[in-house]
Amino acid sequence: MQLLTISGSPHIHSTQNVKSIMYGVVIALIPAMLVSLYFFGLDAARVFLVSILACLFFEWFIQKYLIRGPVTINDGSALVTGVLLAFNVPANLPAWILIIGALAAIGIAKMSFGGLGKNPFNPTLVGRVFLLISFPVQMTTWPKPNALFDAPLTDALSGPTTLGFFKEGLMKGESVQEIMQNPGFPGYVNDFLGAQGGSLGEISVLALLLGAAYLFIRKIITWHIPVSYLGSAVIFSGILWLVDPTRFIDPLMHLLAGGMILGVFYMATDMVSSPITAKGQLIFGTGAGLLTILIRVWGVYPEGVSFAILIMNAFTPLINMAFKPKRFGERMAHG
Amino acid sequence: MNLIRNRNIVRTFKIGGVHPPEMKLSADRKIELLSLPAKVIIPLSQSLGAPSKAAIQKGDLVRVGQLIAKGEAFISSNVHSSVSGKVTRIDEVIDSSGYRRPAVLIDVEGDEWEESIDRSPDLKNEITASSEEIIRKIYEMGVVGLGGATFPSHVKLRLPEGKKAEYLLINGVECEPYLTADHRVMLEQGREVLTGIRLLMRALKVEKAFIGIENNKPDAIEHLRQLCSSFPEIEVIPLKVKYPQGGEKQLIRAVTGRETPSGKLPLEVGCVVQNVGTALAVYEAVQKNKPLIDRVVTVTGKNLERPSNLRVRIGTPVSNLIEYAGGLPEDTGKVISGGPMMGKALNSLDVPIVKGTSGVLLMPGAESKRMAPLNCIRCGRCVTVCPMGLEPILLAQLSENFLFEKAEKERIMDCIECGSCQYTCPAGRPLLDYIRLGKNKTGIMIRNRGKK
Repeated sequence: MQLLTISGSPHIHSTQNVKSIMYGVVIALIPAMLVSLYFFGLDAARVFLVSILACLFFEWFIQKYLIRGPVTINDGSALVTGVLLAFNVPANLPAWILIIGALAAIGIAKMSFGGLGKNPFNPTLVGRVFLLISFPVQMTTWPKPNALFDAPLTDALSGPTTLGFFKEGLMKGESVQEIMQNPGFPGYVNDFLGAQGGSLGEISVLALLLGAAYLFIRKIITWHIPVSYLGSAVIFSGILWLVDPTRFIDPLMHLLAGGMILGVFYMATDMVSSPITAKGQLIFGTGAGLLTILIRVWGVYPEGVSFAILIMNAFTPLINMAFKPKRFGERMAHG
Repeated sequence: MNLIRNRNIVRTFKIGGVHPPEMKLSADRKIELLSLPAKVIIPLSQSLGAPSKAAIQKGDLVRVGQLIAKGEAFISSNVHSSVSGKVTRIDEVIDSSGYRRPAVLIDVEGDEWEESIDRSPDLKNEITASSEEIIRKIYEMGVVGLGGATFPSHVKLRLPEGKKAEYLLINGVECEPYLTADHRVMLEQGREVLTGIRLLMRALKVEKAFIGIENNKPDAIEHLRQLCSSFPEIEVIPLKVKYPQGGEKQLIRAVTGRETPSGKLPLEVGCVVQNVGTALAVYEAVQKNKPLIDRVVTVTGKNLERPSNLRVRIGTPVSNLIEYAGGLPEDTGKVISGGPMMGKALNSLDVPIVKGTSGVLLMPGAESKRMAPLNCIRCGRCVTVCPMGLEPILLAQLSENFLFEKAEKERIMDCIECGSCQYTCPAGRPLLDYIRLGKNKTGIMIRNRGKK
C-alpha cells in the first residue's frame, strides 16, 4: 500500500487559484482587445505582441538570471500586465518605447519588490506613468480610430482624445458645450462603443463592461472598489457640473471618456495593490474616484485615472491597518 | 418543499463562509450494524478535559457497558467497555491524534451485556427523571458531544450559579462535506432524538428548543417537523447550506440572531448547543440505561465501493469499517477521521473509532497533496470567508514571525479552525497551519501571564 499523506485540515481546496484568476482576467480583456484591433488594425496587433512578449521576457529573464529562483511566467500575471500595458498606450507607440515600459512595469514595479504579490503599486500603471513622464509626446499622440471596414489607412491621422478636447478647449476659454460642438468630437455614443481617440484598451466602454461582467460572474472581483470608485467620481463631478455646467464636464461624459472604466474595473481592482477588507476597499475606491476628478479638472494632464490609482496604492498598507473587518461577537445582537 | 428551499426564509450566519462541494455520497444509505471486531482499543480519554482513571486491570473479564475508566475531574467523562471479553493490555496506543495515549485493549469474546441495560427495541418516550437525575445519568453513562469536540455533555448542562439558559439548540446541520451520519440518525431515529431533546430541555429547564438543519436535507427537516407537531416547544429551523453553519457560534447566530462575545461560552447569550447524535445518546443513557458504547459513523470516499453509515462499537479499528465498505481502494492517498474541512489525517488504519469520530473519509492520491504555496496575492478572500471576522493572512503572518502579543490583539484565539481561509486561498498558503501554531503559542503565553 502507498504511504498515507498526513497534513492538517482542511483537506480540500476550492478550484480557484492564482493561475485561474489571472487567466480569467485575460479572458475578460478579450472584448476590449477585439475592439482595439477593429479600430486600430495592425498597429494594435503590433502593440499587443510587443508588450506581451516584452513583459514575459523580462519576467523570465529576471527570475532566471537575476533572482535565480523559480520561473513563473506561466502563472498568467505577466500576461495580464502585458495586455494591460498595451491597453494603456497609443496604437502608434514605437516598439522600443513600449519595451522600456514593459521593463519598468515588470522590472521596477514587480520583480524588484519580490514578484507577484509583493508589489505595492500596480505594475501596469507604473509602466504607463513611467512612459508618460519620459516620453510625453509619443505617449500623447493619439491615432484617430479608423474602423476596419471604413476608409483605408492612408496617412496616420492623429487627434486628441475626448478628455484632450476638453483640456485644450477649456484652456482656450471655450465652454464645455462649445467643445462638444467640435467637428472631431466623438460624443456619448462613440465614446461608449469605442470610436474615440485614446489608448488601445480604453476606447470602448461597452467592451470593457462586458469583460467586467465576466469578472463579477467568475467572482474574480467584488463590487466594492468599482462601485465606490464610480460613485465618488460621479458625485464629485456631478457637484462641479451642477455648480457650472459650462466649465465642468458632466458625470456621464467623465465615465465614458478616457481610462475611467478600464482603470476602475481592471486596475483599481488589482488584488495585490488594493486593500484587503471590504471597508478598506470602499475607502480606496472613494479616494481614487475623488483624485481622478481632481486631476482631470485641475491637473496638468487631461487624464487622472493612473495617478489616482497609484496614489491610493500608496495608501493601501495604511488603509489595511486602519480598517479591520467586523469581528464576530463585537456587537451582542439580541433578537 | 419548495418553500423550505426558498432562500428568503432560510436563516444563516452573516459573516463569511464557503460552499465546498457537498459530496454526500452516503446520504441514502440506511444505518447498518457493523459486526463485532475481534479486538477493540478503547482510549481512556475520549473527551475534552482531564484524563479518566482506569477502573479495570489487565486480565479482567468485562461485559458490554461495564465502566472501564472513571472521569473524576470537573471536566472529564466516564468510559465503558463496548464489548465483552478479556482485557489483554492497558497500554499507550496511537490514536487519531497521531500521539500515543493510554488505552484499554480487549479481546472480544461473545456479546455479554450488563443486565442493567434495556436492550429492547421499544421506544420509551415517557420522561420521569428530574433535571438532576438526567444530568447524573448523562455523566454516569459517559455521554460526550458527538459532533466532534467531545465536550462532556453533563458539564454543559450543569449551569454555573446565577446563569440561566433560555434556548437549547440542537445541531443537525452536518455542514462538513461527505458526512451523513447525523442526517441518517435524524431520519431513522428521529423519535429517540426528540425524546433526547426533551430530556435535555428538562435538564436545562428551558422552554424552547430549536433543531438547526441545513437545507440540503429536506427529508430530515420534513420528518422532524412532523414528529415535532405534537411538541410546539421544539422547532425545526432550516438553514442555508453554507460552511461552517454547524459551528457553535455560527449556529447560534443563524438561529437566534445572537452573537456570542469573544472568549465567552454560548451560555452568555442564553444558549446551550448539543448535537443530534448527542441527543440520541442522551435518550439511550437516560431511558435505556445504556452507556455510550457505540455511535453512527459515515465511512465514505470517491473511490470507496459502498460508502455507508454504520453503527459501530467504540474502539473498533478504522480498517474494519473500510473493509465493510468494500475494502481499501487502490488509489488512496489519505485517510481522514472526520470530514474534509476539519478532520484529522490518520497515519494508521489500526486507529480506533472513538466517541468523537463522525466519519472516516478516504481521499484519492491526487486530492491528498496540497498545491505548492505561492506568494500571498493579497486578494483578501481569506478575510471575506472568515466566519469570525478575522484576517487569516494577518494572523498567519504574525504567527510565522512569532508576534503573539499582536496576534492576541488581532483576536487569534477567536479562530474556530474551520479551515475556510485555507480552503479558499488561491495561492495555496498554509494559513491554518500557521494560525494553529499561533493559537497554541498565544494560549501558552496567556496562561503563563495568569501565573505571575
